[in-house]
Amino acid sequence: MSIGHTLLGLLESGPRHGYDLKRTFDEKFGHDRPLHYGQVYSTMSRLLKNGLVEVDGIESDGGPERKRYAITEAGITDVSAWLAQPEKPEPYLQSTLYTKVVLALLTGRSAADLLDAQRSEHLRLMRILTDRKRKGDLADQLICDHALFHLEADLRWLELTAARLGRLAKVVNP
Amino acid sequence: MTPAGSLLTAHDLHKSYGSTPALDGASFSIHPGEVVAVMGPSGSGKSTLLHCLAGIVTPDRGTITYAGRELSTMSDAERSALRRTEFGFVFQFGQLVPELTCVENVALPLRLSGARRKDAERTALTWMERLEVDDLGAKRPAEVSGGQGQRVAVARALASSPKVIFADEPTGALDSLNGERVLELLTEAARSANVAVVLVTHEARVAAYSDRDVTVRDGRARDLEHAV
Amino acid sequence: MSLLHQKHAPAGEDHRPAASPSWTPARLRDLGLGIRFAAAGGREGWIRTLLTAAGVGLGVALLLVASSVPHMLDQRDGRERARTETRQSDSPDASAARSDSTVLRIDAGTEYRGRSIAGFLMRPDGAHPVTPPGVAGFPGPDEMVVSPALKELLDSSEGNLLRERLPYRITGTITDAGLVSPNELRFYAGSGTLTPATGGHRLAAYGDNGPPEPLSPLLIVLIVIISVVLLVPVAIFIATAVRFGGDRRDHRLAALRLVGADIRTTRWIAAGEALFGAVVGMLIGLALFLLGRRFAGAFVVWDVSAFPSDLVPAAWPAGLVAVAVPVSAVLVTLAAMRSVVVEPLGVVRNNRSRRRRLWWRLPLPVAGLAVFALTGKVDETTPVDPYPIAAGAVLVLVGLALLLPWLVEACVNRLRGGPVPWQLATRRLQLNSGAASRAVSGVTVAVAGAVALQMLFAAMNDDFNRITGQDPTRAQFYTSSEHVTGDAAARTIKEFRATKGVDKVIGTVEAYVTRPGKYAKDEMQPTTSLTVGDCATLREIARIDSCRDGDTFVVHPRDKKMADWVDKTARKGKEVELSSYTDQQNGVKPTRWTLPADTRTVLTRRDPLGKENWGIMATTGAVDASTLPGATTVAQIRIDKHVEDAAEYVWNTAARLDPGMRVVTLTSVARDRQYASIQTGLQAGATATLILIAASMLVSQLEQLRERKRLLSVLVAFGTRRVTLGWSVLWQTAVPVAVGLTAAVAGGLGLGATLTWMIAKRVSDWWLFLPMVGAGAALILLVTLVSLPPLWRMMRPDGLRTE
Repeated sequence: MSIGHTLLGLLESGPRHGYDLKRTFDEKFGHDRPLHYGQVYSTMSRLLKNGLVEVDGIESDGGPERKRYAITEAGITDVSAWLAQPEKPEPYLQSTLYTKVVLALLTGRSAADLLDAQRSEHLRLMRILTDRKRKGDLADQLICDHALFHLEADLRWLELTAARLGRLAKVVNP
Repeated sequence: MTPAGSLLTAHDLHKSYGSTPALDGASFSIHPGEVVAVMGPSGSGKSTLLHCLAGIVTPDRGTITYAGRELSTMSDAERSALRRTEFGFVFQFGQLVPELTCVENVALPLRLSGARRKDAERTALTWMERLEVDDLGAKRPAEVSGGQGQRVAVARALASSPKVIFADEPTGALDSLNGERVLELLTEAARSANVAVVLVTHEARVAAYSDRDVTVRDGRARDLEHAV
Repeated sequence: MSLLHQKHAPAGEDHRPAASPSWTPARLRDLGLGIRFAAAGGREGWIRTLLTAAGVGLGVALLLVASSVPHMLDQRDGRERARTETRQSDSPDASAARSDSTVLRIDAGTEYRGRSIAGFLMRPDGAHPVTPPGVAGFPGPDEMVVSPALKELLDSSEGNLLRERLPYRITGTITDAGLVSPNELRFYAGSGTLTPATGGHRLAAYGDNGPPEPLSPLLIVLIVIISVVLLVPVAIFIATAVRFGGDRRDHRLAALRLVGADIRTTRWIAAGEALFGAVVGMLIGLALFLLGRRFAGAFVVWDVSAFPSDLVPAAWPAGLVAVAVPVSAVLVTLAAMRSVVVEPLGVVRNNRSRRRRLWWRLPLPVAGLAVFALTGKVDETTPVDPYPIAAGAVLVLVGLALLLPWLVEACVNRLRGGPVPWQLATRRLQLNSGAASRAVSGVTVAVAGAVALQMLFAAMNDDFNRITGQDPTRAQFYTSSEHVTGDAAARTIKEFRATKGVDKVIGTVEAYVTRPGKYAKDEMQPTTSLTVGDCATLREIARIDSCRDGDTFVVHPRDKKMADWVDKTARKGKEVELSSYTDQQNGVKPTRWTLPADTRTVLTRRDPLGKENWGIMATTGAVDASTLPGATTVAQIRIDKHVEDAAEYVWNTAARLDPGMRVVTLTSVARDRQYASIQTGLQAGATATLILIAASMLVSQLEQLRERKRLLSVLVAFGTRRVTLGWSVLWQTAVPVAVGLTAAVAGGLGLGATLTWMIAKRVSDWWLFLPMVGAGAALILLVTLVSLPPLWRMMRPDGLRTE
């Protein structure tokens, strides 16, 4: 899971403070593993270095001074590319996929396209495995079948998510 | 409009049953010898797309071109003839004529196109051999298992040497082992005979036997690699 | 389902009905359950019930009509006898003595465009004349009372020519009591001039008091067989109707098996459903009958119609129907369910492994033939016991129906290959020929019976069809007027010649001449006839070479003795006495006439009526016809068939000349009325039967199509032509019907030959079955044609969508 892309995506809706970013991230994706504050700053400085974000302004109303970050054009392109790039099908993908779906919904991109692309990627792998299975011996077949069943489960999750996109959109974008 | 080299192309199909739209701007294309899976949840319009592509159902709007001929301009008789000679079909269940023996069932499309009984049954038997059901020739469909019946159906679809086989959930009623065997035999036979297969399914494991997949959602087919 | 739960829940241990000692309550409970399912089974259940009920209803209505026939015939016969004049003695000519209530009447019946019109001219002798039944007031001169049907005809434009013939003023109508059937054409007209001398016959009362004419034994045999032929198919049809929709019901019963009903229970539940359908069917049948009865008068089947009040079912056959139909519904279902195994999860297996056996089917027809053989030949006149013949016919025909399923199976199993439609049809029949055989067994019985009966009819031709010897190519009408005087004879001939459409008239005036002299009481006075006509006319009735006006001839019959008898009166150059019988009785002095000496003797020639005339023949120049006493005017008339209504003009002229004139239409064959009415009945019944059979074949055909909706869609998907499936539907009907017809024709010929042998006659025509085969072919075509629209409708891709 790419925290950098996620934070970038969150900035798309408007400039934010680092603290603000952490809170929103924890709210939407953190669940039981909240982000460390230091993680946010190290990530943001990497993004700054790569020209994907810029400092929009510095505030210090009484307390410590806080940088407000804004996303650059290059940052937006990077988010788009990341969302459009299907993940390599592998077990336990859902957290990354989930993040991508929610970010797509938050940033007004097509979550359905994202899911479809992912489905195609899954199917591509399944096709390769099926092909290997056909040509291989029994051991190959059994191994391939194991992977196929897992991929199938992921695909089902993708289907289900696709079917529930409408409801999910209401939840993340109240 | 038509992707280069494609055998069967559909563009912007619309079809409603009563007030419910089954297809709402679906597009599709397939090349000779290609196996394309049509996926999508139930009720998404996959079967309707297949029926339209095969000329069984006429779409309300849109064009379907097979080998350079526009299906909508053909008469019912012409489309029937096309289905007899150029297309083959495999359905989920209930497709074998119960009173005919298996070999007669496989020979049926050939005989419908005017082949002599002896010749038709000889051809039928060679296809049944390839699908490993040649020992069932004299049996009636009620006397064979589901998997065997489906293989007989596949043999029948292949027997008339079609250019396209339309398979609508061909393994829907089979267990996974039998289902996979049927798919293996179907796709292998199709590839070796350069037959295109339109494989309608909602199962990823079935779709994995295809070269490419198309998803139908809310009556719209999304052909990602051949976005039209 | 919930019904079953409720039923089973309180009696938890009642799940082993086989072990239950008191099976009857359990079976009754199952029957009741079936009835409740049928009554509350939702749309599907009702469709099935209604299908059965409609079939049974149709059959029951027919049975009720059939059981009303004896009463109807009784009533008709009763009314016929009530309006016949009471006979005075055995002699048909005996007149009643004149009194205040007696009436003179003469038959004035006529024909109009092929329909007979009965009628009388009547003149009262006194102030209180008797009236026939159904007539309120005696019609005055030139008035008439008519039957409603005749009134309608006269009032219509179609009756214009008839109005001319019956110019009397209509003063009333004949009520039902005076009519045999509602469509009867009949009138009673008053006359002011009728006398005994002009042919009037005096009657004193109405009502035939003589013993009824007994039916001939041959007719009884015919009627018995006709009843069998017509009723067995109806019974078979009812049995088939009980099984309508059985396949769908079996699938429903499978659900009951799932919740724990055993096989026996499902059978009885099925029986209960059939019972319900049969009972509803009987009610429908009764309703149809009562409804149809009200319009009975409107139905004219081959000239037969009936008053609603005539259609009353006889008690015992009606009772038999009421008991037999529900009982057979239960029995048929139980028998049918034996070959079906209903298993849970909707699996229905037909016990196909059990092939139909021949051994128990064969004894029935053989027994029938044995009964015939033992009964032996039936004599013309000895009283016949109809029961063995009925039993034999029933055994043979029912046996044929039993043999048929085996025969169809045996034939169909031998069929191989052929074009696709043929292959589809024969394979289908091989898989299950039951439904087809059942429907066809009805056709078989009807056709076999009809073939046998027609052979019988043909063999009995001599008895019923008289060859009249008449030659309708020479003349189509024969008229005769008695007691004409003056120039009436000449006028008759002149008027007929002047009538539109008349081609030729052979008109003669005939009188009797005797040899003068005194004769003893027991001695026969030599008598012969004197026929007066023109040369052309005389040539038609005698072999005359040359003839001039003024010539006379002595015409000899072929028989030598008769010729001698003629010569005793007709002595050339000698006198004869011209007188009528009545004149002699009344002592009128006879006139005399001398037969010229140069009279030639010639041979007779058969006239158009088929009669040979002999005696003295004179041209009109030799004898003045108007002076002949007691002469009869005879005209034989040939009409130009191309002139429309020529026959009607002849009748009109005849009525104008003499309302009492006898007019005979010449035909080459005259049919016995009883024979004709039986054949009419057979035709009417066979038509109804064939329609029933077509209906039941259609229902099973449509049911089968409905069952195969998905398969039809699949076949359409892979490009099957409609024609292919249309032909397969045709073959599927045609093959069993063809087998059935072959069996029927063979059986019918056998039965016919046997029956013909029994009445000691020879088979005169072996080819009479051809029309019945034609009817069978029409049936196949009809069923196929009516099945085609639903087939087309079902050959749509919609069937692929429903899963």
